[in-house]
Amino acid sequence: MPWWLELIRAIVGTIILFTGVAVVAAMFGVLLERKISGWMQSRLGPKHVGPQGLLQTLADTLKLLQKENIVPHRADRAIFATAVIVVPLAALLDYVVIPFGTTRWGPLIFRDLNVGVVYFAATSSLVVVGILMAGWGSNNKYALLGGLRSAAQMVSYEIPMGLSLITVALMAGSLSTVTIVNAQAGLWYIVAQPVAFLVFLTAATAEVNRVPFDLVEAESELVAGYFSEYSGMRFALFQLGEYGEMFAMAGMAVTLFLGGWRGPVLPPVLWFVIKLYALIFVFMWVRWTYPRFRIDQLLNFSWKVLIPVSLLNLVATAFVVMVMHR
Amino acid sequence: MLLDWGYVAVFAIVGAILAALPLLVIWLIAPRSAYPQKLETYESGVPTIGQAWSQFNVRYYLFSLVFVVFDVEIIYLYPWAVVARSGGALAFVEILIFLVILTLGLVYAWRKGALEWV
Amino acid sequence: MSGEAIAFYVLAAVTLGSGVVVVTSPNVVHSAVALVPTFLGVTGIYVLLSAEFVAVIQVLIYAGAITVLILFVIMLTEGGTGIRARQRNEQGAIGAAVAAAMAGLLIAVAVRTPWARLPGTLPTYTPGAIGQSFLGPNLLVFEGTSVVLLVSLVGAIVIARKEE
Repeated sequence: MPWWLELIRAIVGTIILFTGVAVVAAMFGVLLERKISGWMQSRLGPKHVGPQGLLQTLADTLKLLQKENIVPHRADRAIFATAVIVVPLAALLDYVVIPFGTTRWGPLIFRDLNVGVVYFAATSSLVVVGILMAGWGSNNKYALLGGLRSAAQMVSYEIPMGLSLITVALMAGSLSTVTIVNAQAGLWYIVAQPVAFLVFLTAATAEVNRVPFDLVEAESELVAGYFSEYSGMRFALFQLGEYGEMFAMAGMAVTLFLGGWRGPVLPPVLWFVIKLYALIFVFMWVRWTYPRFRIDQLLNFSWKVLIPVSLLNLVATAFVVMVMHR
Repeated sequence: MLLDWGYVAVFAIVGAILAALPLLVIWLIAPRSAYPQKLETYESGVPTIGQAWSQFNVRYYLFSLVFVVFDVEIIYLYPWAVVARSGGALAFVEILIFLVILTLGLVYAWRKGALEWV
Repeated sequence: MSGEAIAFYVLAAVTLGSGVVVVTSPNVVHSAVALVPTFLGVTGIYVLLSAEFVAVIQVLIYAGAITVLILFVIMLTEGGTGIRARQRNEQGAIGAAVAAAMAGLLIAVAVRTPWARLPGTLPTYTPGAIGQSFLGPNLLVFEGTSVVLLVSLVGAIVIARKEE
């Protein structure tokens, strides 16, 4: 293909992926969150805008577009403004290596990188920088505390997440996400690696700062954490980053442990979406099931439970792989 | 391979533009009526005292130090994981020694209280 | 000019440009944040050199971990973030002259050295090639790394604990 055709293809792919994530993950995700929260608390949730309140988030976004854009005068303007772009961009970069399905022409993925799994770990670690920038740039005590806590938490849970990524890479003998999905043709890794799956899911919940690891945004003490000072569309962009990251984590969990797009009868993309939303539902379910951790409990849980467990799991997996491939 | 990364670069650049687009829209259409009180830092309704930029706990630093060491450990495991199945017993023993040495580090940090949040 | 050359110059400009911000910004936090584009520019150059794995590691470790560590260090210092640090002093001119001389020397060496062009091909799959070398010739290096990491962890804890 000539280079300009490739360029157009890349740009169009990016726009599709961005809009897709903004609509499916952020907008629909927020609606789902409110609906499921309502259902779990025996209330109805949004009901008035559109059929069954389906257009509620769209209305909210349009409202946020018309809101005044306030930058506190004590804030560091440059960092305050850049953080808004860093967080959603870092979250969306994750989607490059997530295979959504397969077609006649090959797997449906933005780009199947050789080092896909490491790439995923790298881009999701960039979110931490954006969050620290937002927290510091606001020059607000709540925001800075939220940002610092968030960074300490996210870096602590990056280690168990990385270890479970390695366990899967070891099983599949590859770092490419498509190869990993193909390696699960016989058996999904959730069966072979239940421990790694649980570690990944726990770490993913912590990485996206959701309950029970939400002390970063603990409304009752820190207002909204690192984005307390952001209003209007900037607030919406942080929400896009949060929900985008949450869907990316769920999508990666589907890819690594639930066989990706694989499944009988239904088309592959549909299977992927079903599994994705099942995991999203789990995230939301957990939110209304567990109370919030304290920061010492949270860090202890990562360093003294998850990391030793995933190290042991890695050694055990290495042993089994050695025995099976001798 | 370069083509793959060309795509990633385009994704990053176009993505940054797309993320900045709503900011351009609000710059064009959002109302502006700022007055000094509105631009105050939010502190639950009371006047802000001092800057938020102050000295923070050494704990955060300690955790990030331990984190960097373990993060570096993990990157060594990725290439190993790719070839481990063809490496046989050698690969297993190699990783066992590697992880045992690092677990010593974890135990040391644990015993010294570097993982305690006080 | 080939696409690769254009990419190289753009990446070099990004790296150097944000590098200048790092060393001249009066605000320490700005300097730390400007490190991120510097690291990402270097990542791009690794990609151009076909070192895919090293490139993602650069993002994971430097842009994702070291930057956070540096930001924490800045926030640990007393009043380190609120004040305007002085990045320049009266010896700036001398420093610039020394740096220019050093740069000139390095460029002269690089240009005049008769680089040997060795035949051979790059590995197409870099993580696999690195892994193979860990199992073969670099086995001891691999194990040695874990000892180095252990020492650095112990050292970090000893130093940081003393500060309390």
